[in-house]
Amino acid sequence: MPEPTGVIHDIGYQRYTGPRLGRRAIFGALYLHGLRTAFGLGRSAKAKIFPWLVVGIVTLVAAAAAAVRSQIGEVVMTYAQFADNMSWLVIFFVAVVAPELVSRDLRSGVLPLYFSRPLPRSDYPLAKLLALATALWLLLGGPQLVMFLGAAFTSGAGMRGVWNELLDLLPGLLYAGLWAAVFASVGLLVASSTGKRAFAAGGVVAVFLMTTPIVGVLSIMPSRAVNELAFLASPSTLVGGVGEWALGDLLGPQAPVPIGGFGPVYAVAAVLLVAGCVALLLLRYRKVAAR
Amino acid sequence: MTLIATESLTKTYGGGVTALADLTVAVEPGIIGLVGANGAGKSTLIKILLGLLAPTSGRARVLGLDPTTDSAQVRARVGYMPEHDALPPDLSAAELVTHLGRVSGLPRTVARERASEALRHVGLYEERYRPVGGYSTGMKQRVKLAQALVHDPDLLLLDEPTNGLDPAGRDAMLALVHRIGTEFGISVLVCSHLLGEVERICDTLVAIDGGRLLRADHISAMTSATDVLAVEVSEGTEELAARLTVLDLPVRRDGRLLLVELVDDATYDLILGAVAELDLPLHRLDQRRHRVAELFATREPSHA
Repeated sequence: MPEPTGVIHDIGYQRYTGPRLGRRAIFGALYLHGLRTAFGLGRSAKAKIFPWLVVGIVTLVAAAAAAVRSQIGEVVMTYAQFADNMSWLVIFFVAVVAPELVSRDLRSGVLPLYFSRPLPRSDYPLAKLLALATALWLLLGGPQLVMFLGAAFTSGAGMRGVWNELLDLLPGLLYAGLWAAVFASVGLLVASSTGKRAFAAGGVVAVFLMTTPIVGVLSIMPSRAVNELAFLASPSTLVGGVGEWALGDLLGPQAPVPIGGFGPVYAVAAVLLVAGCVALLLLRYRKVAAR
Repeated sequence: MTLIATESLTKTYGGGVTALADLTVAVEPGIIGLVGANGAGKSTLIKILLGLLAPTSGRARVLGLDPTTDSAQVRARVGYMPEHDALPPDLSAAELVTHLGRVSGLPRTVARERASEALRHVGLYEERYRPVGGYSTGMKQRVKLAQALVHDPDLLLLDEPTNGLDPAGRDAMLALVHRIGTEFGISVLVCSHLLGEVERICDTLVAIDGGRLLRADHISAMTSATDVLAVEVSEGTEELAARLTVLDLPVRRDGRLLLVELVDDATYDLILGAVAELDLPLHRLDQRRHRVAELFATREPSHA
């Protein structure tokens, strides 16, 4: 009879004496987990469908725009315009991903497991917020990179052409960052109010879309100042207003949102909106953590 | 070293509900049972010890640290298993426990190793790669215990770990907790409203009621003083009682039984000697361990 070659020993419980990482590493772990969750990575196949469908569409649009430009030479849309044109997709992406990030945890009761660990309670919502903002920025910025690669290496103007494209791309990426910040903070705040994912998704869509009619009503009022301030009423037109003020003709020769001389007002409003949403989000999680 | 100490700890919620009232208690490392009825303040105490709630007044110390000011240090060394459902259904146990290990400050590869170790110790093997949503209640309780254990804490706070389990599951969970407290070298605070359960595994018992301390002591101190021998003879109960009283053994009657306080092993000999001398048919002679519940039962009227 052959001797047994391997024996499994139960070595019992082992104490851990190695390093324990600090707040930054913990925040990083939460952030990365959130970012992966946003794109359905490490999750079921069902959770991957929607995020990757949206990613597929925006990439396809960018590839088509790049192809048209290199073949016909016509600029279908600028880098900054790309974000504006994709706003509907961004709204739906937020409506699906924000509940996935926060409502799920509220519903399953997993939060006590986070808050009994050595992270300050504000770190949980901030890591989730940063993860959602990054996901949105990648969603809008990635396709712009595709457009840039397409344009830069078919322009025929050598390094100078690449440099010119880069100068156009950078404001576009910054503008995408603004979209990401505003939509992530508003969307996450709405989603964190309920543990029911369907309600949270509905709430996000409602906040972004139901405010558009208000803009419409205000912009046909018989006062020019009211018309020019009307775009403050909805997050997407608010972002458009800031873009109009900061980027000017990068958003196209014809201003999509005529804001007159109120540009700085729009910029301040955007900052206040983001700050307000973050403050409310932190307040919300102070309450949740004590439960 | 004192494991947990509280000093006049009081917690009043908004609306005037008093959850803890002037609670002063100190316990040594080991397995501690925290018993009390539902609403006695057990969960509030745990949340204060974790630094999730600030006490209205008084102080608490856990592992020598103040949870209100050093909450991060306390939480790095403490594992917490909540009472209610706390598991996202679509993650696998391995992923969840690994992730929570990282949130406790473990490096990535260590978190993965320790997560599978912790799940193995609680008795989850191949199942750990399946989504938690399909687990039985017993398996879910084990995952909750594993996530509290993953970062190798010095103290485990378990809130009703046997909740929702069938009798066999309860026994398995209690055996597991006992093993953690004895073999793993981790102190455990077990909360329960079932005294009979925790008294089987703990060394120290803390009983609270209405936010007040009823009693806190070593379990041995609570039971040894009350151990009695129950003697039953088919006939001649009266004669035996008289005989034992002569021998300086105080006797109480309990129906057909004679209850004799057990002083030491000599008590057995004295009783057996008396029975033989009187030539009585001995029916039984056994040691009766007074259940801790009786201690509280006798105290409760004075409290109420």
